[in-house]
Amino acid sequence: MINHVLDWLEDRTGIPSAIRHFMNEEIPASAGWHQVLGSVAAFGFLVQVLTGILLALNYAPTPGDAYDSLRYIVTEVTRGRLVRGLHHWGASLMIVTVVLHMLQVFLWGAYKKPREATWIAGVLLLLLTLAFGLSGYLLPWDNRAYWGTVVTTRISALAPGAGPLVLKLLGSDGASIGVVTFARFYAAHVLILPPLTLLLIALHVYLVRRHGVAPVPSDENQPKKKFYPGQVAKDTVAIFLWFALLMGMAILARVPLGHVADPTDLSYVPRPEWYFLFLFQFLKFFDGPMEVLGAVVIPTLAIFALVLVPFIDRGKMTAVTKRIGAMGVVAFAAFAWAGLTARAVATTPEVREMDLAMIQPWQEISAGNLASIGFFRQANCAGCHTISLTGGVNSAGPDLTAAPSERTPEWLLEHFNAKAKLVDSQAQMLAVFVTKRSEKAVKAWATAPQTAIDGALIYLANDCAGCHKINGVGADEGPPLNGVGERREHTWIERHFANPTKYVSNSSMPGFQFNPQDLKLITDYISAIPR
Amino acid sequence: MTEDKHPPPSTRRDFYSTAINGLGSMIAAALALPAALYLFVGARTEKHAGFVEAAKLDDLQIGKPREVTFERTIVDGWRTSREKTIAWVVRTDAKNVVAYSPQCTHLGCAYHFEEGQNQFVCPCHDSLFSIDGKVLGGPAPRPLDRYNVRVDSGKLLIGNQIQKA
Repeated sequence: MINHVLDWLEDRTGIPSAIRHFMNEEIPASAGWHQVLGSVAAFGFLVQVLTGILLALNYAPTPGDAYDSLRYIVTEVTRGRLVRGLHHWGASLMIVTVVLHMLQVFLWGAYKKPREATWIAGVLLLLLTLAFGLSGYLLPWDNRAYWGTVVTTRISALAPGAGPLVLKLLGSDGASIGVVTFARFYAAHVLILPPLTLLLIALHVYLVRRHGVAPVPSDENQPKKKFYPGQVAKDTVAIFLWFALLMGMAILARVPLGHVADPTDLSYVPRPEWYFLFLFQFLKFFDGPMEVLGAVVIPTLAIFALVLVPFIDRGKMTAVTKRIGAMGVVAFAAFAWAGLTARAVATTPEVREMDLAMIQPWQEISAGNLASIGFFRQANCAGCHTISLTGGVNSAGPDLTAAPSERTPEWLLEHFNAKAKLVDSQAQMLAVFVTKRSEKAVKAWATAPQTAIDGALIYLANDCAGCHKINGVGADEGPPLNGVGERREHTWIERHFANPTKYVSNSSMPGFQFNPQDLKLITDYISAIPR
Repeated sequence: MTEDKHPPPSTRRDFYSTAINGLGSMIAAALALPAALYLFVGARTEKHAGFVEAAKLDDLQIGKPREVTFERTIVDGWRTSREKTIAWVVRTDAKNVVAYSPQCTHLGCAYHFEEGQNQFVCPCHDSLFSIDGKVLGGPAPRPLDRYNVRVDSGKLLIGNQIQKA
């Protein structure tokens, strides 16, 4: 039956024999593990296509909605975080793989005549891979994406002569980034780059087949091998290891989602993705009118030099161990890259931005509401009042999460007095809470961790709300505390409690001596309040 | 590494193809499984605090259907919005009320209540329903769908789940 189908396919399309022909290609005896990287890169592209399509199925490509939909993907869609992780880390690994592939070809001198065109197609593929990274960087539409791309567009505006045109093409006025630029980046990322890449991969592979895998001098007297199964098995093993690494990264290394892009947030220090950090650092050597040199001229010349490699080095094929010059170039490039990147990393301020995909309802309600949830638990109110969100009715008292209580404050205070041991101020707070709780508070009701509630209780017991606001509730005497965890380090906040004027000279805040446990609870609590 | 010009001995060949197929299948499975879960399990969309006040019990007469409009929170993917919703409610006795989804169970047309006939009539294909939701005629395949409801302190609260009979 299967043979029948295969025969039919062969007769009508010739595909089976084409695959056989492809698999049976003769490769030099020296071919082996060092040649697996091209296949790995091709596989990486496939993973990016698959995960990219999956993301697109739940992604709204307009600013604002883009952010909300990505947050939806990573917080609510099943395996959404994993899919995003695969796409994000896949992009990084792609770049690593493509560069390693290029280094291998460079070291072995495999670009030499007649393989110049193969090399040039490869250089173009490297540029396309970087373009994917650059255009995809904007798509989460968080602060990182926004400010990083502002810098990118400014740099491209420096291009001598072409600057204004590039800006036009990117739909930017040079200052900020709006819906048009976003649409351009998205269209480039999903409509323009993928088919170009596919086309170039096809050309690249075709050229590899046309000229054969590059031999080394010692291959001359050796019989050739077949591509299948030996080399295919090596490729598969490499792909497997690469994929295992990617999976591990996607599962273990969380990709954060920051605050939604805020063009008015001038405090944000943008940094490019790690693979562009060396360029970012390189740019710092060039000031004022020289900037265009570092930003545009030298990188462009470097790309040209890369393209021209096969025309510069026209010597005969030699063994890789004798290619001292090539090794020197690679060592120099690696050294320069690593040095620039390390310097950029060292000068990057620590980012304490919260991962907004992880924010829980309790972080977005007032300290009073959170403390009231604490009183509710403390007085064991749930013994009579179920707090299911869907409204179970199997209990003695009404489900207060289903609808707010309509009792008068007097009735409630009396009720609390009779049923629970709460002091007056606590009872009053709880009475306000059960009659006027917000939607967020309802969600927090069942899920708020006890440590956070304890933090809120300490906050209230020390009357912090008499001077500070949390989530819009409190006084304006001192600074609002939303986002304090991003502005200040944890230890700074802890030490500041004991001696405020030591840290803020004109502070009117009195010192607070907490025991270590309470100090940790209240610091953890206020640090967790999002901006 | 030197190899014969002839195909490698069958044991090595077998080992290679086993490795290729085995590792290849593992990769395919590791990609396909999360993709399938992503596509078919769907989103863990939070159910919003379900019940919304739709009417006062005193305003409803026993056995007399009334169309009520109420606002509720609709969670649609990454978007949360307030939307007007309609239900046909029938008070069955002093304490109990049923609320019907306002769409015919046949093809989803909006039906209305005919006072004279004391029944719900769908204008599309003439399905007829009694005030307790049963099908009296026409192509409707099942009784009217119901919202889950609760009565609390004299108020009718309508939930966000629709039960099919």
